[in-house]
Parts: sequence; structure tokens; C-alpha cells
Amino acid sequence: MKYIDEFRDKGLARRLAETIAAEAHPGRDYRLMEFCGGHTHAIFRYGVQHLMPPNLSFIHGPGCPVCVLPMARIDHAIALATQHDVTLCTYGDLMRVPASERKSLLKAKADGADIRMIYSTQDVLRIARENPDRQVVFFAIGFETTTPPTAVAVKTARAEGLTNFSVFCNHVLTPSALQTILSTAGPDGVQLDGILGPSHVSTLIGSRPYRFVAEQFGVPVVIAGFEPLDVMQSALMLVRQLNDGRCEVENQYTRAVSEEGNRKAQALIDEVFRIRPEFEWRGLGFLPNSALALDDAYADLDAEERFPVEFAPAKEIKGCECPAILRGVKTPTDCKLFGNPCTPDNPMGSCMVSSEGACAAYWSYGRFRAASLQPKVESRS
Amino acid sequence: MTSDRRFPVRLDLKKGAVDMSHGSGGRAMAQLIGELFQRYLDHELLTLGNDQALFMPPPGRMVMSIDGHVISPLFFPGGDIGSLAVHGTINDVAMSGARPLYLAAGFILEEGFPLGDLARIVESMAQAANAAGVPVVTGDTKVVERGKGDGVFITTTGIGVVPEGILISGDRAEPGDVILVSGSMGDHGVAILSKRENLGFETEIRSDSSALHELVAAMIAAVPDIHCLRDPTRGGLATTLNELAHQSGVGMQIREDAIPVRPEVAAACELLGLDPLYVANEGKLIAICPPDKAERLLDAMRAHPLGTESAIIGEVVEDPHRFVQMETDFGGSRIVDWLAGEQLPRIC
Repeated sequence: MKYIDEFRDKGLARRLAETIAAEAHPGRDYRLMEFCGGHTHAIFRYGVQHLMPPNLSFIHGPGCPVCVLPMARIDHAIALATQHDVTLCTYGDLMRVPASERKSLLKAKADGADIRMIYSTQDVLRIARENPDRQVVFFAIGFETTTPPTAVAVKTARAEGLTNFSVFCNHVLTPSALQTILSTAGPDGVQLDGILGPSHVSTLIGSRPYRFVAEQFGVPVVIAGFEPLDVMQSALMLVRQLNDGRCEVENQYTRAVSEEGNRKAQALIDEVFRIRPEFEWRGLGFLPNSALALDDAYADLDAEERFPVEFAPAKEIKGCECPAILRGVKTPTDCKLFGNPCTPDNPMGSCMVSSEGACAAYWSYGRFRAASLQPKVESRS
Repeated sequence: MTSDRRFPVRLDLKKGAVDMSHGSGGRAMAQLIGELFQRYLDHELLTLGNDQALFMPPPGRMVMSIDGHVISPLFFPGGDIGSLAVHGTINDVAMSGARPLYLAAGFILEEGFPLGDLARIVESMAQAANAAGVPVVTGDTKVVERGKGDGVFITTTGIGVVPEGILISGDRAEPGDVILVSGSMGDHGVAILSKRENLGFETEIRSDSSALHELVAAMIAAVPDIHCLRDPTRGGLATTLNELAHQSGVGMQIREDAIPVRPEVAAACELLGLDPLYVANEGKLIAICPPDKAERLLDAMRAHPLGTESAIIGEVVEDPHRFVQMETDFGGSRIVDWLAGEQLPRIC
């Protein structure tokens, strides 16, 4: 595949691995947090960790929109579907995420709720057009990356006068989450030396919003693409910054990301959404200015306004360490539930559901590998 | 077909639709069977009109398999639910090394389903059965109310007989054995996805749906000591290798760069965030055999039209965890796990 295979070249990977091993100082650790689940997925799927020197480790961050969605929001969505008999449409990843009392959207669907898996916001609009007698709610979720399609859907619905379409908005913003993680970094929080920054998010918002990470917290950032060679090259760039004592926001993903980002998309988002004063993130708590709601001009398309629901406060499953794992404080294997009973077939927490979740990645790609595999690249310096 | 005085008006295969009377057991059902099922699935045992097929069992060990077919869309590039129902069950029988003999087919039809589409499906089924030399000799038809089905569900049962001296089973893989596949992975699943109403992307990929019993016969003729055979249908190559590893109590070590995947399939999977190793196939098989027989088996597979792209993709290893591990194209290593739930596209 042109434009894909180039970023998965085995020879280049080997050379990059040798360079990283040669340049990484054996006397220090390089703890690099990959913010995005897409990076976690790439690291495990292609065995990137296996190519790194032993003193360079990846710490999995909270960058999976499914994982950081608090249980209460799933409860809310289920209540929308059951109390108001709406057609609830959402992306596939969300279907199996545990809600309170071991419910999920999939189980609610089996119990009779009209819940449909969609692939794009265009599917939701089509369902609304084809079913004028039913209220159709889009369970919107995702970081900055998935926000413009929701905005387009909202504007399309308004333009077409679709009165049976509304949005249950759960779009969240990454800089606030990074701020929170870094505020608790240190002896009691996560210990990290550098950050692989979100790339798809940055195609929208640019690299500039991450300057505070370097300036305020003294942690270098490299905006990193999702292909395995992107991840390795970004790791090398962070190693070099750390070795040089530099602390900057660098951009590895120059083929898609600029400092300013996509101004047109930003304008669209500004028009359709407003920033919520605070929003709950699973594992991180209530974060200020960290999520979006529909702007007042589109309040009539806001499902939370249109369909008030009642539900009991959500209770996390006892022993589930997803919150600490999302903060990078613990690894999946630190959780007593990991592997028994919590597996992708029987998820107790959202980190085990999403293909980008740290627990699912550990389980699917990484379990027992420490015992069975030794790193192939040794440090030469 | 001779005219039947019981049915003065022929079934309208252009504009007609299934209605509840077609499952009632009465005249309408008899007409549906006579003018549609028996017309296409023309075999003496079926046209006798009994509720069962009566035949002499051949000597040897018999194999029996059943498979339910629920698929959307019903028609897809390279096949449809009818041919799939024939191929799927023939392959399940053949993966024991057996020669498939007969099929039985059960139809669950939804009220309102166009008779023309049903005729296309049954005709396709007949063509697939004739081409394979495995006739449908008995069947059943039921009709469910509108909204309680998905157009057509087909269940097929197949029987076959295993040649003397052949012992092929999922629990026979041994450390040191070699793993082969008969061709490219993921064609069927991507062909189906390309026609899903809400995806609908352009691709030249056609389903690989086909009957593999003749390929199996050629393989057995070359290497009677095949340990395992299985067709990697739902869950794809990854899930099937995990099944075999679990059954045999062994591990598997495969190489990503040895696994055939068409560029179009890889590209479609890339777009959707899917892994081709988990995408379904309907005309491919996995074979596991002793290492000293692997090259001979590979030659035999490649000499058959359905196995020209066969490849050796890895080895069976000792592993108490029964893991399937893969050396990636990229030079790393990872576990290839069971599929959990349905493979779903990523959000972003």
C-alpha cells in the first residue's frame, strides 16, 4: 500500500532501533507516555516495545475516548434509549463498554432498546430521514478528531429542518487531560520524561496547544504519527531532546500537522459547540474546560435538553484499576482483575473493551511476552 | 417441468413474495416446493417428495456437519447466501478429510421476501451443489412473520465418508508441524463489508466462496498424514489458529510476511481499522502437517486451482499458554489473540 508500507519498513525500523539503542544513555530511564490509544495499539500490534532498549519504556496515557468516558454517561445513554424510546446511534467501540450493574449498550439492545451501531454521522442522518416518526439520537464521542463530523451533522440537520435528530454530546478535549496528568506527576503520580503527543488531534488543533506542557511542566513533547515508524522516530526525537537537555514541542507528523492546525475545522467547531465548564473523565475526575456541548444556538438539537432522564449515580466496579491505569500510575498487570475475571470477552472496565485500551492491548498482544521474549537490540553506548 | 393441476396459476417469480401460506404445509407450500425448490434442486431423492432422503450408506466412517447461514447482504460480489450455504457445509465436512456425499437444506423465509430473490438464491444453490457434485436431497421450509427474520436464513447439513487410514482432527497438531494456508486471507469478509448498506466502498474484491473438497482430496492423495485441516471462516485465520492451538495444547509461531493478503484487502482493512487476520474466508483452508511432508503438501495445494497461492506461514511450537505468536512484518513480535466479540472499526 503506497503511503502506508513506507511507514512499516522492517529495515528502517531496525536502523532506527539501533540508533535509539546507541543514543539512549544506559545510566538513565526514558519513560515516554503515549497519550493516544492509537499509539498504544501501534506499539503492541507491531511489537515496537520489543525493538526498544530496556531502559526506554512506554507509559500508556488516557488517550482513548472510550476509556475515559465515565460510566455515568453510558448509564445516561441507556436511560435515553429506554426512558424515551429513542433510536440511539453510536460507534461500535461503545457497544460493549460496561455501564452500571454490568449493563452495556449491547445488553440494553438485547433487552429491546433500539440501539444501532453506525460507521459515520452520515448513517445517523440517513436513519433520521428514513424514520421521521422516531426520535434519533447520536451518541457522539471522541477527541477533537471526531468533532468536525458531528458539527457537520448538526449543521446538516438544521439546514434540512430534521426535527427528529439530536446529539448526546461527549466530545472531550485533550489539553485539559494532559494538564491534569502533569499536575499530579512526580513521586505520587505518574513518572514520565516525555510525551508522544496526539497526532490526529493535532491535525485539527495544531501543535501549539501543547506548548504549555514544555513551558509549564518542563516535559518535552513530540507530536507523533500513528504508524510504527512514526512512533519509533518520535521516541528517538524525545531521547535526543532529553539527552540534549532540551524541552520543546517538536512535530514528527509534519505530513499532516502544522502549528496552527486546521483553521476551517476550528471555525466550524467554534460555531457549533461551546466549552463545558467541567466534565467528568474516567480516572481523572471532573476536569475544567475539558469537553464540548452544543452551542446555545443549537440547543434544540441537544439530546440532554430534549430528553431529561433519571438514573442513579454510577458505581465503579470494585477493584477495577482503570482510573489509575488511565493516569499512567499503574499498568494493566497491576490490576487484580486483569485476566481474571476481566478479559476482552468479559470486560469489567472500559480499558479492556476498546481496541485502543491499554488493558485490551496488554491482554491481546502483550500478556506473558516478558517471559517469552527478550529485547533484540542492546545499547551500544 | 410439467404443469400441475393443483396449481392452475404459476408462482409469480417476478413480482410475487413469500406469504404465511407458503409455510402452512398446505397447497401453497406444495407449490413453492414444486415450482421453486424442486425445479432448481433437481435430484431424484428430492423430487420423490418424501420427508426424508433414503439411500444406501457407503462403507467407512461417516462425517456429519450442520451450519446455519445468516448473512447481510444476501447477494455479494462472488456469491450469495445460497452458494455460501452449499460451500460452507461441504467445507465443514471436507475438513475431516471426508468426501462429501449429500446435503439437506432448511429454509426460514420471512413473510414478504420476493420470490424472485428466493429463486435466484435456490438456483445459485443448485449450481453450487451441481458443480461440487454434492446434491441437496432433502429439505424443509418455514415462514416467519414480517419483521421476525432477515429475508432468508438457510441451514444446511452435510454428510460424507472418510477414506480409510485418514485421521484429521483439530487436536493432532504437534510441535514441529508446519502450518500452511491455501491462499489469500480476508477476501470474503471484505467483499461482504463492501456491500453493507452503511459502508458501500468500491472494490474489485470478490468473495472466495468455494467448495474445497476436491482440493482436500488432492492434498490427501499427496500427503495422507495431514494432522489438521480447518477453514478459517468467522474470526478468520487468527481465531482458527487459536482454536487449533487450544485443541491440540500447543503454541503456534507464524510470520506476517508469509501470510498472503491481497493489497486491496489490506487497504480496505486499513481504512476501517480492521485486521485482515480476523476477517472471514469462505474458500480457504489451513493445513497442519509433519515438517518432512510440508513441501510435498504445498506442491499438491499449488497444483490445484483453488490452492495456487498456497503458502507455508509458520510452525507449531511447544507452549503451555497455547499462544499464537507472530513475527510482524515490522520486525517485532506479538500475540495473535482470539477475537473478542465482533471486530469493530475504531472511532478515530
